[in-house]
Amino acid sequence: MSNFVSAKEAINLIKSDQTIAVGGFGLVGCPLNLVEELSNHSVQNLTVISNNLGEPGGKGLGKLLLQNKISKAIGSYFTSNGDAVVYALEGKLDIELVPQGTLAERLRAAGAGIGGFYTRTAAGTLLAEGKESKIIDGKEYVLEYPLFAHVALIKAKKADRKGNLMYSKTARNFNPDMVTAASLTIVEVEEVVDELDPEEIVTPHLYVDYIVNVKEEFY
Amino acid sequence: MVNTVVDPKITIAKRAAMEIRNEAVVNLGIGIPTMVANFLDKDKKIYLHTENGLLGVGPSPSNEEIDPEIINAGKQPVTITKGASYFSSSQSFAMIRGGHVDTVILGALQISEKGDIANWAAPGKSVLGVGGAMDLVVGAKEVIVTTQHCTKDGSPKILEECTYPITAKNVVSKLITEYAVFRFNNKEMILEELKEEWTVEDLKKITPAKFTVSPNLKNYS
Repeated sequence: MSNFVSAKEAINLIKSDQTIAVGGFGLVGCPLNLVEELSNHSVQNLTVISNNLGEPGGKGLGKLLLQNKISKAIGSYFTSNGDAVVYALEGKLDIELVPQGTLAERLRAAGAGIGGFYTRTAAGTLLAEGKESKIIDGKEYVLEYPLFAHVALIKAKKADRKGNLMYSKTARNFNPDMVTAASLTIVEVEEVVDELDPEEIVTPHLYVDYIVNVKEEFY
Repeated sequence: MVNTVVDPKITIAKRAAMEIRNEAVVNLGIGIPTMVANFLDKDKKIYLHTENGLLGVGPSPSNEEIDPEIINAGKQPVTITKGASYFSSSQSFAMIRGGHVDTVILGALQISEKGDIANWAAPGKSVLGVGGAMDLVVGAKEVIVTTQHCTKDGSPKILEECTYPITAKNVVSKLITEYAVFRFNNKEMILEELKEEWTVEDLKKITPAKFTVSPNLKNYS
């Protein structure tokens, strides 16, 4: 069963030096209210797992970057935020570049108790350098390990009172994977209902620790 | 007399659209591949997949139709078609790596004669973005590369070996430029179509990659 809390209470649980997985593809599906609240807190030296680091000009995770709260980013595409490129080139941001499907599967593996997996993705490329590989059925596969986070910040459309979640359209993206891969999960939702149809639940409540109802809090 | 010049990108996009089979699940990359959607045969049932979690991408929306939560992998707003579905990133890439996507069409910086592709990083530049390219090229049943034959400054892109960091080795099924169509078969590059007024010798001058000529060489359609 999940706890309903304010954004401030939830974000207070995040500490410096932690690894935070943040949902979203660009700004779509990113829990922007939780990220904004995090920008008001004094945490530092965060490692952020997210497909991108927001958008230029301090949008979404880009704001935390410009506040120098992020020291490392793990994701697939950082060139869409020029600020991240500048920070990386200036040595202020470490980047671990992961192919998008491998990123999603490493998160899924972390949440599913899988100790590693072999994928053909990136075999023979720069992104497989230093990694174990194996020939399976005549094709080269690369060994990838699960990717865990201390905290996941998730955006969902609706939660029921138990904390079951459903998402909205392409705002779903990495959220259902990340919510399984963290020790502590904080979900911002647009709406809380008494009950969801068991058939439409995408994330069962056992993955969900804290829920912030942004409609109640921010509007 | 007005001499109208067709944008080579449109020539390539139109030709690539002809490759897509009825009932195919197709993932289109950014650039020329995105333009392919404009030339799809309306009589074919084609299901467009976008790796951020949608099967059944529809046409671009009008301003009134824009839904900020329905985007493609280029972060452009799109619509959905009847029967569309949404799914998570891990499921989307399971579809891709698992061979459930029939055709991926994408651009390239370089292609080698063995079907290697380089399309994510140029030497000397920071390597900070790869997206889903490496997953798409190893997972799709068929990889169609659409690119202009040479770079903007006239340098060749179709080479014996890629000099840029590769995205994957030996994965390209078909290569479509504004002058020619090549097929790859077991690391062999075969010229299948050539623009009407061109000779094979003309093409070789701008194509360092070694290729054979199909006995059924056709005019570029």
